Amino acid sequence: MNLCDTMELEEIIREENKVYAVPELLDQSVHMHYCPGCSHGVVHKLISEVIAELGITDHTVGVSPVGCAVFAYNYIDVDWVEAAHGRAPAVATALNRLWPENVVFTYQGDGDMSAIGTAESIHAANRGENIVMVFVNNAIYGMTGGQMAPTTLIGQKTATTPYGRRVDLNGHPLEITNLMPLLDGTCYVTRQSVHTPAAARKTKACLKKAFENAIAKRGTSVVEVVATCNSGWKMSPEKANEWMAEHMFKVYPLGDLKDTTKEQ
Amino acid sequence: MIKVRGAVTVNTDRCKGCNLCVVACPTGTLALQRSEVNDRGYHFAYMANPENCTGCCSCAWVCPDACIEVYRVKTEA
Repeated sequence: MNLCDTMELEEIIREENKVYAVPELLDQSVHMHYCPGCSHGVVHKLISEVIAELGITDHTVGVSPVGCAVFAYNYIDVDWVEAAHGRAPAVATALNRLWPENVVFTYQGDGDMSAIGTAESIHAANRGENIVMVFVNNAIYGMTGGQMAPTTLIGQKTATTPYGRRVDLNGHPLEITNLMPLLDGTCYVTRQSVHTPAAARKTKACLKKAFENAIAKRGTSVVEVVATCNSGWKMSPEKANEWMAEHMFKVYPLGDLKDTTKEQ
Repeated sequence: MIKVRGAVTVNTDRCKGCNLCVVACPTGTLALQRSEVNDRGYHFAYMANPENCTGCCSCAWVCPDACIEVYRVKTEA
């Protein structure tokens, strides 16, 4: 780099030229514990941006799950409640009913939402609680060391299915987001991803819509984010994104599954 | 002709060297620092070819650790 380029860079890097800033709600003083390349970080960032843009920072309450995202309350600077494993929608129900002016969202992984918390999730959606459920599906139990999850694909190798998941032994992948549109309480159900800049932009728009539904008290919004777990899948972050696009999107196709706001 | 010049700043302390920004960058601006590591031992990202940057924000959107901030200027060339 010659001197001329250095001077020009200094001219570009000025506050008035900033087009992308780190979201203020994301606490920069703590390092996120996620593995390098984990999709959770992107989802945290998008949620922080959406909350700040909607101006609901003062009265937003998150419910963090058990799983990799258990420390979400350390990273996003809004009010949080830590729920027991799988019970985030039940806690969110209470928070929303006791303080209806609050905007309540749950942040759940596949173990939390589609294994131990299936009943809570489905019943909260069926009751049409005015909450946002963010469901991060990476088809594996990342925190405990890469065991099979209900959402693990057929043939996918994990610590507990070393020869690949078998239908006769382990059953079929549970596509819980596909069940949600059938329930009358849900107003918006979508499945997105964050593997490319375009996908991340789209996911942000979906999250914004979901939070707007919660503010307008239209019912339950479910935003599934098909995510990677490169450590659990034993791949580089780059390869994990490619593997996800090739295999996960066949079983978990992206797009809106239900949107009642369009019909109105 | 209007020329767009961009630049990014990387919070090297937070960067975990996941390489996703390098993959997402359409102009080949970013690369991982091969010869240096940060306090936690990660090869952090940096602008290897700063003259290529157009400030498109692709790197910032996919960065899982929110380390990247983007700047853009339009100049009459």
